[in-house]
Amino acid sequence: MSDVTLDVNGETHTLDVDSSTPLLYVLRNDLGLRGPRFGCGLSQCGACTVLVDGVARRSCTLPVSRVDGEITTLEGLSGDGELHPVQQAWIDDQVPQCGYCQNGQILTAKALLDRNPNPTDEEIRQGMNGVLCRCMTYYRIQAAVRHAADAMAADASGSGPAREEVIR
Amino acid sequence: MSHLSEIPKELADALDTFNGTTSRRDFLKSSGLFVLSFSGTGLLDTPGPDSGEASGAPENGTAAPYPEPDFRLLDSWLVVHEDSTATFYVGKTDGGQGTGTAFRQMMCDELDIAFEKSTLVMGRTDMTVDQGGSGGSDAIERDGWAVRRVAAEARRVLLEMASGRLGVPMDELAVSDGLISIPRDPSRTVTYGELVGGRRFDVMLTGSNVNATTGVASVKPVQDLKIVGQSLPRYDIPGKVDGSLEWAVDVRLPDMVHARNVRPPVAGAKRISIDESSVRDLSGFIRVVSRGNYVAVVCEREEQAIEAASRLEVQWEKPATKSFPSSEDLFDYLRNATPMSPARGRGSRTATREQGNTEQAMAAATTVVEAEYDFPFQGHTAIGPAHGLADPSDGQMTIYTNDMKPYSLRTGVAEFLDMPPEQVRVIWMDGPQLYGRTAADDAGFEAAFLAKEIGRPVRVQWMRHEETAWDTKGPAFAFTLRGGLDDEGNLIALDYRARVADYAHVGYNQPDTVLIAQLMGIRPSRPASGGASAPAEMYAIPNRRQETSVVRFPRAFETPLRTGNLRDPGGPQVTFASESFIDEMAVAANADPVEFRLRLLRASSEEDRVFMRARSIAVVEAAAEAYDWDTRPSGKAVGSDRILTGRGVAYAYRARTAIAEIAEVEVDRETGRVWVKRMVCAHDCGLVINPDGLRSTIQGNLLHGLSRALYEEVQFDTEMVTSVDWRTHPTLRHVDAPETIDIVIVNGDPEPDRPDLPPYGAGEPSHRPVAAAVANAIYDATGVRLRRAPFRAERVLAALEAAGV
Ligand code: FES
Ligand code: FES
Repeated sequence: MSDVTLDVNGETHTLDVDSSTPLLYVLRNDLGLRGPRFGCGLSQCGACTVLVDGVARRSCTLPVSRVDGEITTLEGLSGDGELHPVQQAWIDDQVPQCGYCQNGQILTAKALLDRNPNPTDEEIRQGMNGVLCRCMTYYRIQAAVRHAADAMAADASGSGPAREEVIR
Repeated sequence: MSHLSEIPKELADALDTFNGTTSRRDFLKSSGLFVLSFSGTGLLDTPGPDSGEASGAPENGTAAPYPEPDFRLLDSWLVVHEDSTATFYVGKTDGGQGTGTAFRQMMCDELDIAFEKSTLVMGRTDMTVDQGGSGGSDAIERDGWAVRRVAAEARRVLLEMASGRLGVPMDELAVSDGLISIPRDPSRTVTYGELVGGRRFDVMLTGSNVNATTGVASVKPVQDLKIVGQSLPRYDIPGKVDGSLEWAVDVRLPDMVHARNVRPPVAGAKRISIDESSVRDLSGFIRVVSRGNYVAVVCEREEQAIEAASRLEVQWEKPATKSFPSSEDLFDYLRNATPMSPARGRGSRTATREQGNTEQAMAAATTVVEAEYDFPFQGHTAIGPAHGLADPSDGQMTIYTNDMKPYSLRTGVAEFLDMPPEQVRVIWMDGPQLYGRTAADDAGFEAAFLAKEIGRPVRVQWMRHEETAWDTKGPAFAFTLRGGLDDEGNLIALDYRARVADYAHVGYNQPDTVLIAQLMGIRPSRPASGGASAPAEMYAIPNRRQETSVVRFPRAFETPLRTGNLRDPGGPQVTFASESFIDEMAVAANADPVEFRLRLLRASSEEDRVFMRARSIAVVEAAAEAYDWDTRPSGKAVGSDRILTGRGVAYAYRARTAIAEIAEVEVDRETGRVWVKRMVCAHDCGLVINPDGLRSTIQGNLLHGLSRALYEEVQFDTEMVTSVDWRTHPTLRHVDAPETIDIVIVNGDPEPDRPDLPPYGAGEPSHRPVAAAVANAIYDATGVRLRRAPFRAERVLAALEAAGV
């Protein structure tokens, strides 16, 4: 065991854990976070995704000792009670079914839009491809990423939210 | 009538202590949605039976015993609070298809309160009546009636109370959103909360079983339903999007420890010895628990248990004989095996049905076509592997699970551990999707067994390789079909034969078939064979013969090829064969495949109770119209383009729901990749409670169907399943999603306005025709008929090359 310091959602934590412990278990079991989830432990599914300095990383295979930046989990995405536009689009489009994978979907989408604020449909499909959903909500996810991109563009241009309520 | 003594203790406690719900609620401002606050430990925020506010930990909410709530008491189903809000208690679960929202819609409509003024507790064996949990797409179709009648009865009783209090006959009262008024004297009103808030109704219901539960009141006619039929947003989504919802995987109890299983390396291996010294010095190690061939390691921390399980040295002895054929030899094996005789085995059967004289008609036919189809074993492979948490404190057992059948988990575990059922309770919480008999059952039993052994709360979760290899499988099928056309291209004879590898079909939460029991050497006297129903269509074919037989493998127990219900059990397999074959017959008749099907549907006017013929015709027509179907025989001329396109149709019904689907494919002739670019689904499930929820469910069904049609196949050699992760049991991904999905919600009922128009199941039916629609579209695009699923690129490429395309 050794002391490990982690910056998570704006707070600094010092923890006494084995340095090889995958970040996932520290976030879930020591910090009580619910966003990142165990899906495969093999970097194959994306359920455990967190952002490290804004980049989507798989916490199931990332030892705590190798974390080299600020961690944001799903819980940390919304600030001051305001949902992030990606989260808002997820609610407006009623994306989740069971929801187990959606942590990875939302954070991957957020990182994608930070890199590429106006992706083509093909870039959305490719950018999201590594995150699996067994409820098969891909179709709604892709639409919601597009809607979130539109909302973020409208926010950035100061023209206010351009979203209509999407209840189909 | 007063039957206070029959009210469950917890419900009585809750009613005594409950004093309004406002403080426990939280309006999620950003979404405008009304949700339960799941802050802190979560469970206790749910107003209701064990919501003693003083208690800080959900696990200790109330002490055992945990008797079953009595379905004949109105108070078991519904509590009205002082602020005229209500909490509903429903013995079902929601796997992410919005059934919880739909229940609230139905119950609010009958009770006459706004949707936002309701909350819902689902699937807690100590708080909700035993409606069996989920399964069979019956939540709305069957259980919806009981909850509607119960809510309607509550409304009637409230009106009766108001009549007494206001001194006005019931028929002179009006109700709106929990407020009862006198239209001719608007100054006098009384609210639901004032009448019964925080107190019991003390009203008995009747009905010989939970599904028949009813009061005196009748449900509202369809025309009077206002909340039903609206696309209300699901209440559970905000908490799933902001990370606040507490799931079964999230529950953490004081003193809790973590376990991981160590599985036999091959099916049927016998444990010889365990070298505990291989893990004893690992930090956090607590114990190796083993009985028979069941082995688990328990550690203080989760990652320690994972590490210890992977390091534990166990000596196993392989069985002397092969357990099953390899996945490559599977279909030859199924075809050449001697099927089980109907006399042997519990419930086993070789079921044959014949109408007309199939052989005679076949002999008289102008054209006879014969084809064989193969469909492999497929897994549930939940995105989150099976898990369970069990708390053994104070001689009771509380299991936190996402198992869709908490009630049988409770009774099964009680029997397995030899505990009185009253000492066991199961708390259902959200979890990864469940479409049938998954390993959630097995993990719940394992957690409870380990908790009892260790004497502390134990959380267990399967690893990915266990989930993929050892979860129950949807069985493999080998089909042989023959059809005969007369000289006018009419299908006059159809011979359907199916062989299914469903010899040891495990049921839900059976203490003698869950994996841990099998590994301990516990088993039923005989394996229970499953089987499959014949194709579900309304085609009028004068002579037809149908035979389904079950084939056994050498190993029935302790096998990773144990079979169980997987979404629409048997449906995708059977419909792949039957609807591919109908397409082949249409080609032989040189007929358009939509026309050919409509002709077969219209060849009779015989109707059944649910108008299945009329509704079948309506969905086929609606799908063709939505797609803008180009009428012509399938099998376009293949040009020189790299990408070949085509369209295919398939139709089926499931129970009382009719579906027709059209797939449009692009086949890359250089790589063999198939992309389903567009899907159309015409869907008739009668009355729709929440149209957007239905669309979401159908979209999931379609894509899951595509995944099974294009990718999923369990692979194995003769001793072990070799599919262990997402590479070896691939699934549909983002790039595979169709560009367009068009869903047409049809109501083909010839009497669409009848007041009691029923809703039918929608959780699975649209899953059924997908593989056939895709295969038929591939044929249209390439002229090549794929008769073995899944249509993975390498297999498609090989078929195209063999055909010279
Ligand atoms: S759990 Fe980390 S990628 Fe699957
Ligand atoms: S929503 Fe269930 S796995 Fe994606």
